[in-house]
Amino acid sequence: MDLVQLQRQLVEYRTSLYHEGFLDEQFTQLQELQDENNPDFVVEVVSLFFEDSERLLNELTKALEQQSIDFKRVDAHVHQLKGSSSSIGAQRVQKVCIAFRNYCEEQNVEGCLKCLQQVRHEYSLVKTKLESMFQLEQQILSAGGSIPM
Amino acid sequence: MAAQGRHGGQESNKMTALVVDDNTVNRMIHHRLLDNLGIENVAVVNGKEAVDIHCSGKTFDLILMDMDMPVMNGIEATRQLREMGIRSMIAGVSTRSMEREIREFIEAGLDDYQEKPLTMSKLISIVHKING
Repeated sequence: MDLVQLQRQLVEYRTSLYHEGFLDEQFTQLQELQDENNPDFVVEVVSLFFEDSERLLNELTKALEQQSIDFKRVDAHVHQLKGSSSSIGAQRVQKVCIAFRNYCEEQNVEGCLKCLQQVRHEYSLVKTKLESMFQLEQQILSAGGSIPM
Repeated sequence: MAAQGRHGGQESNKMTALVVDDNTVNRMIHHRLLDNLGIENVAVVNGKEAVDIHCSGKTFDLILMDMDMPVMNGIEATRQLREMGIRSMIAGVSTRSMEREIREFIEAGLDDYQEKPLTMSKLISIVHKING
């Protein structure tokens, strides 16, 4: 695939992520913070988000496996996940977190377990899509092109 | 926006900020936002660390204070900093919860409040309040 085709593919892919609600305006904000002095900013923040989320999802799984569930603890983890997903524009993850917190407040175990499953699913979707997008960007850069805005 | 501080002015003229947030992703983003405006910044992870850093003698032109944090939250930290006589601009940055909580946060001594996530334009409006 030639450079122009790659660039077009990237733009289309990125647009679809916004249309499908995987990303929102906040992600655009992050891109605008990237410049020649900080060329890898988006990848760095997103990688941090991945690390942090995986840790939180593990903590959530453990917390919900307990005999006697500490809903305050579960809520604290969801709050963190909601915060970081919101900050990078991972809208669908953020939305599940909002529902998740409501179930925590109600101390609804089933609801929480369902949300955990949903949030894992949404997280893995957005992770895959962002990684594909970064790969496309890398291909463009390697071909000597620049990332279209 | 003007690249404030990037031209290499004297250290003492550079604006300084303290980021108080327990979330690693947010700390990274706030750091970048401030860096972009040429504002020297430091981050701590909860309200107690924010109070401690002031006890050690440091002061900042701007404090970006998150609300929900372990050990000591933003409301309590803001209260304590004001009690200590800290006059810096304190901007509360938090996700929208109940009106009552936001009011309590503001009444603890905030100069400004912005809903998360923080964007460049929100930060600029905060900074303008310091300068203007």
